[in-house]
Amino acid sequence: MSNNVILEARDLVREYHTKEGMMGKTVVTRALKGVSFDLERGKTLAVVGESGCGKSTLARILTLIDPATSGDLFIEGKKIDISQERLSKEMRAKVQIVFQNPYGSLNPRQKIGDVLTEPLMINTNLSPAERREQAMDMLIKVGLGPEHFNRYPHMFSGGQRQRVAIARALMLNPSLLILDEPVSALDLSVQAQILNLLADLQDEFNLTYLFISHDLSVVRYIADKVMVMYFGEVVEYGDIETVFGDPQHEYTRTLFNATPKADIAHIKARLGVA
Amino acid sequence: MALLEIENLTVEFDTVEGRFRALDNVSYSVNAGEVLAVVGESGSGKSVAMLAVMGLLAQNGHVWADKLVFEGRDLMTMSDKERRKVIGKDISMIFQEPIASLNPCFTVGYQLDEALVQHTSLNRKERKDRMVELMQQVGMPEPEKAIKKFPHQMSGGQCQRVMIAMAIACSPKLLIADEPTTALDVTIQKQILDLLMDLQQKTGMGLIMITHDMGVVAETADRVIVQYKGKKMEEAGVLELFESPKNPYTRALLSALPENATGNRLPTVSDFHDGQGGAH
Repeated sequence: MSNNVILEARDLVREYHTKEGMMGKTVVTRALKGVSFDLERGKTLAVVGESGCGKSTLARILTLIDPATSGDLFIEGKKIDISQERLSKEMRAKVQIVFQNPYGSLNPRQKIGDVLTEPLMINTNLSPAERREQAMDMLIKVGLGPEHFNRYPHMFSGGQRQRVAIARALMLNPSLLILDEPVSALDLSVQAQILNLLADLQDEFNLTYLFISHDLSVVRYIADKVMVMYFGEVVEYGDIETVFGDPQHEYTRTLFNATPKADIAHIKARLGVA
Repeated sequence: MALLEIENLTVEFDTVEGRFRALDNVSYSVNAGEVLAVVGESGSGKSVAMLAVMGLLAQNGHVWADKLVFEGRDLMTMSDKERRKVIGKDISMIFQEPIASLNPCFTVGYQLDEALVQHTSLNRKERKDRMVELMQQVGMPEPEKAIKKFPHQMSGGQCQRVMIAMAIACSPKLLIADEPTTALDVTIQKQILDLLMDLQQKTGMGLIMITHDMGVVAETADRVIVQYKGKKMEEAGVLELFESPKNPYTRALLSALPENATGNRLPTVSDFHDGQGGAH
């Protein structure tokens, strides 16, 4: 395995067991049906699919929140199985996540400064002054200012909150960032700002992104590779230009056809103008 | 004659920090058989104008207009009783969150029936037939069974179909769709947009499509209104708007689309506003 591969997933399977009714028998839902892929350092892999296709289940496994039912997960060449052993703090810090809804993912009673210093308090031995300093630096890096340190989440707009969520994820210097629909709750102009910020941060810290999205135009813009999921299976996986240029699977084509197109040729065709 | 004419519509809300002007002297009109898209970001006042037309604003909302006319009848001076005969029958509206728009305690048939009881003189049997017919029209599989279902037994796309069925139950002349597909997956979005366009073409009703998605605008509209912070920025035919946007805000909005990206970074609307003035 080359040194450049930061994360390797082999046949990841995740099953959820639920009971139907009080006396009912157990129903097994296979949310992931054997997913394999590699993630190279400094690159962006996009995961595309509709609700219920297993995108978020995959995110939970990769963030080491949930164990996989079977399959292997290697992070920087080291096999990780959280159902067998406790995670070390170093491993914990390696993968961080940014969630979709910046209104739900920040505690309304926690000041921004505390949001950012909490991961350091739990995972490092830094003094309060050092933690504070690092948090201030991070605020500036994500395009906010030191004056925001003592404010509460409700005082921020959606785009600013998403900047805070990104800052929190970066506090422990992760190498891999899982972005679960990070811009789908944002307005178009704010979306552009956040996408630019993510690109800047990727350059600066050589970050690797796993970018979960349903918006194909965003995916095409930001990703190097794309993985299309459908009912827990990977139906297409490859370089962005290959997949967008010549989609092989039926579902990928359906997805492309369903995406609204804003180009002029398309509008002309709809209106029947030459 | 235009179906709906709005001239200098202003809406203000009373808040603890004083009056807030959500809509500032906005004028536009819709003709029968036309699809008008109203596009803007959150806080642009795109929904507020339509809520004012429907009379659905909360108690703290204040409406002024030089003209708010539907089919030659003034909606401002109309009595509440008269207005209720127009709203829900000749003008109807569908909303963004299909699952939240339906009452979880009643079957969809019951809720669909309410519109028919209110606005038609059909008897029970005829209403039942009409419901099944409507469910077929909106492409619901097994329409007879569907009307006996509760909202939670349906998917988001199916709930939106029920909302559309409700909205077209009395054959409205104007349908207002407020972000009808924002909460749905792309493939479902396409089905719902196709359904709306199909119904619009068959019935010749006017359709106002409120959206923030430029793709949806490009796929559906004849004419487009661009709004920003309560003001109308631009009004143009759909092709004209995408080909040669006149207003700087429209230009900024179109260049912020990822598919129009040319370099490594996207141009942002920040030349026009700071984009993060939401802290208040």
